[in-house]
Amino acid sequence: MMGLISYLVFFTTIASILAIAVLGLNLQWGNTGLFNGGVVAFFGAGAYGTLLLGGAPQADHIGGFNLFYPLALIGGAVAAGLLAWVVGRLTLHLRHDYLAIATFGVAVTFENIMRNAQGFSGGAKGLRGFTRPLEAWVNDGLTYNVLFLLVVSVLLICTYVFLERLIRSPYGRLLRAIREDEIAARSLGKNPGKIRLAAFITGSCIIGLAGGLYATFYAFVSPQDVLPTLTFQLWAMLIVGGAGNNRGAIIGTFLIWAAWTASGWSLSRFAPVELQIYTGTMQFILIGLVIVGMLLWRPQGLFPERLVVSQSGRKKN
Amino acid sequence: MPDTRPPILETRNLTKDFGVFRAVDSVSMAIMPGSITGLIGPNGAGKSTFFNVLTGVLAPTAGRVFLNGQDITGLSPDVLFQKKLARTFQIPRPFKRMSVLENVMLSPLAQIGEGIFGPFLSAAKMREQEEKIRVRALELLEFVTLEKLADQAAGRISGGQSKLLELARVLMGDPAVILLDEPAAGVNPSLTRILIERIEELNRQGKTFLIIEHDMDFIMRHCDPIIALAEGAIVFQGTAEQAQNSPTLLDAYLGAQVDG
Repeated sequence: MMGLISYLVFFTTIASILAIAVLGLNLQWGNTGLFNGGVVAFFGAGAYGTLLLGGAPQADHIGGFNLFYPLALIGGAVAAGLLAWVVGRLTLHLRHDYLAIATFGVAVTFENIMRNAQGFSGGAKGLRGFTRPLEAWVNDGLTYNVLFLLVVSVLLICTYVFLERLIRSPYGRLLRAIREDEIAARSLGKNPGKIRLAAFITGSCIIGLAGGLYATFYAFVSPQDVLPTLTFQLWAMLIVGGAGNNRGAIIGTFLIWAAWTASGWSLSRFAPVELQIYTGTMQFILIGLVIVGMLLWRPQGLFPERLVVSQSGRKKN
Repeated sequence: MPDTRPPILETRNLTKDFGVFRAVDSVSMAIMPGSITGLIGPNGAGKSTFFNVLTGVLAPTAGRVFLNGQDITGLSPDVLFQKKLARTFQIPRPFKRMSVLENVMLSPLAQIGEGIFGPFLSAAKMREQEEKIRVRALELLEFVTLEKLADQAAGRISGGQSKLLELARVLMGDPAVILLDEPAAGVNPSLTRILIERIEELNRQGKTFLIIEHDMDFIMRHCDPIIALAEGAIVFQGTAEQAQNSPTLLDAYLGAQVDG
């Protein structure tokens, strides 16, 4: 029983962290139409940023500034935002498919740099030496994880409320107009370049926040955490849930993460021994199938975006 | 009596080349405030290119554009809209996955909630402004007879309705000069009638129009003056009556239709 509870806490924590990242992606793709094919780079910038800022000093690489944890977490998100600013300045004028290719390249480059820049990222061994905040005060592992889940849940709710308010405001209207038709938006006095960049940076900060939480939870990050697979997983979550719908993005994350975990478990349990080494590969194929299948049969997702309507009826009374 | 007022919109030797092809050839025209100017010409005469250069979508090869005497050559479309020069498109460009009402509510400039922090730091002011914008947008939708479609997705209304929606959308920015690119093309007669009535009413309120149109009946009845382009250059300028009796115009445009 305790094992089950402990596992559920673990599962919910990871899913909630990923949901924050998917919400960030939803701001970029669902609302603004920016095809970020390198989500994992911004996730990674947040993860590495948080651990470098908040960790203890290390002999073999820079970083370990022992920063107060909330500042380190914010710093990670800002690092992701800075990366987005640089990448955005260079690539945001690109059309959908080209933007996807360019950002995908950024993510692969990011992974390679983290794998090789020993003195900065710890190289292939990853970043260690991070003590989770307040861990010394809570002596029971499960209690700590429950508390951590609580913090993550609060951040998820805050992100959700922030984005919901944003997209129901004139700002959200502006983003949707840019997504639908940039030329028309420009002819109506709006400046698409500025708006796209702001949305890209904001979304990336949110993705970076998720990365920071993820690294905090494991007190560790390595290049294995920033592989393209994660980008595809996050995309699958958004597409299944429903691009443009924040609630859909969260539900999609939980569904896909559950399916991913369940498929990993059942493959390792039921697949013939000689196929066991391929279970990871089979999971990738499944993720790919889910994305393609969804795009073919229900491209709007399980929870499609809803039109913002006038509510003129409400005004009459 | 000759009109001695300064033109509201003026081009001087406006020229646009695509490689060796000269699409717009040294066009100089003066649009007077409060007029409805009709711009005609056969397909490929350079009308739409002229519009695009005028509205900053394309950069001119040579020549200048003035709005109220101010040089606006090469300014981008968003800046021009802010300077009260608005345009619609030949093929309508509604924001398809947004409601008709939202399409119209987008246009007002300097909306408080358009910054990323506006919705949080100035929430009360934003809501107040938003309510005003909504009321005005519904008024304009009523003006173009689309009020019943306010909550529809703009991608689901007809092409003719989209043209009316584009008109409402630019009106929301309260422009002084409105450039319409083939407003009647592909629009059923009853919607065209509504469109014409609305244009004339707006014109009485002081708005200036420059209209590209193929429908000669439309142009002859409602536009004064009429300017004709052929092969990128102006071949005729005058009233509807003069247009009907102009040999050059008959030759360049009307004649081609009769013969063809």
